[in-house]
Amino acid sequence: MTDLKIKVRGLKKAFGPKQVLNGVDLDVPRDKSLVVIGGSGTGKSVLIKCILGLIEPDAGSIEIEGQEVVGMKTAEREDIMRKFGMLFQGSALFDSLPVWENVAFGLIAGRGMDRRSAKEVALRKLAAVGLGPEVGELVPAELSGGMQKRVALARAIAVEPEIIFFDEPTTGLDPIMAQVINELIVKCVRSLGATALSITHDMHSLRAIADHAAMIYEGRIIWSGDAKAVDNSGNAFVEQFVQGRAEGPIRMPVRPL
Amino acid sequence: MSVPVLQPVGRTFLGSLESIGRLALFTLKSLLHCLTPPFYPRLIVKQMIEIGFYSLPVVGMTAVFTGMVLVLQTYVAVSRLNAEATIPYVVVISLTRELGPVLAGLMLAGRVGAAMAAEIGTMRVTEQIDALRTLSTNPFKYLIAPRLIAAVLMLPVLVGIADVIGVFGGYLVSVYKLDFSPHIYLKNTVDFVETIDIVSGLVKAAAFGFVVALMGTYNGFQSRGGAQGVGKATTDAVVSASILILAANFVITGIFFSR
Repeated sequence: MTDLKIKVRGLKKAFGPKQVLNGVDLDVPRDKSLVVIGGSGTGKSVLIKCILGLIEPDAGSIEIEGQEVVGMKTAEREDIMRKFGMLFQGSALFDSLPVWENVAFGLIAGRGMDRRSAKEVALRKLAAVGLGPEVGELVPAELSGGMQKRVALARAIAVEPEIIFFDEPTTGLDPIMAQVINELIVKCVRSLGATALSITHDMHSLRAIADHAAMIYEGRIIWSGDAKAVDNSGNAFVEQFVQGRAEGPIRMPVRPL
Repeated sequence: MSVPVLQPVGRTFLGSLESIGRLALFTLKSLLHCLTPPFYPRLIVKQMIEIGFYSLPVVGMTAVFTGMVLVLQTYVAVSRLNAEATIPYVVVISLTRELGPVLAGLMLAGRVGAAMAAEIGTMRVTEQIDALRTLSTNPFKYLIAPRLIAAVLMLPVLVGIADVIGVFGGYLVSVYKLDFSPHIYLKNTVDFVETIDIVSGLVKAAAFGFVVALMGTYNGFQSRGGAQGVGKATTDAVVSASILILAANFVITGIFFSR
């Protein structure tokens, strides 16, 4: 059995003339949490969506547990998808369904569990993210941003996936709620024994949830290593990003007023 | 100098071909998912209520006023020829063959097609469709197939009801405004109408239901770029469904009635 849960090689994706991914190589070790950092528009979301199978890459290879998934048939791809859980940046809760049904969705529609049993599981998962059963009867529009993130996290872990993806899990949250979400992510990933792949530009989030880290810039992974080494990476791009400096090798196309 | 003129023409032509191809693939994929399990009966019933029951008022109102106007207009024309007895026939054949299915289809394009495009478009731009896929649920099975099945089943029902309501509207004007005999009006209606009139109308209704649901779901599914994209999808759904309904009406009429 390979030690890598996900192995990406030479991944390329362009939208029209814009080359978003330009040969990404990435290894996600089994049962570890890898966080990919990078600025806005560097291809983080496209990378995670290519691995999930939501976007078809132009070239390159993606192996999930040693199995090539690029070009895989739809039915086989759907089987692979059963290993995944995903927390979307905007939560992506189904606004026509009550909260408990959102959490239970993967169990009912994806796995054919009966509604009563699925509701019991959903309420347990909601409790695991600190939400009471009364929240289960609300609709997503009645929840705050932080509560929506917690419901989305409950939905991501409800099917007990082997691999969980987190797309900007703390974006748009206040620092306290962001830390709550970070701690819940660590707790949920560890209790499931899952592998986690997150993308973020929040350094607090990286320090809280990552075992390993990587940085993407201009469609390539320019650095990867232990998460603790991110502050002393010796890479000028990583140092500029971590310290949040405007000056450095990463240039923003900003003109003077 | 001809190149700068021809380039946009070529680009538009190729873009149109691409759109037709995309719609054809979407249609085939949707039909395939309508016919193969798993099915979602709860969602189909929910859509049948949404499309059928909640559209009854608008379709009924359209039908009753259409029937009433038909009588008034026809009376002006046929009274000059002393052929008032043909009014029930004109009303019932116009409603069952043409006005019932076409007007119900157009009303549903506005009410149901727009709602489908807006709902699915919003799901697209808020990543809810991506979320469906990550939860091992095929969006075609969960979102598209129930709407197509429900629309194809419910539009004939709506048109059947609209036909009856439209005839009743004509009856009201004929009897209470133009002093027709109620008994003779109804007898002439029943005597004149043929099975083919009703069947052709119901076949049209099923086809128009398919068109409305297809264009609503397709445009919603393809929408991009936030609120503006959803707005465009909604407009495109209504406009394209309306045009396709009128075109399909011509084709189906030709199949049933050309000699």
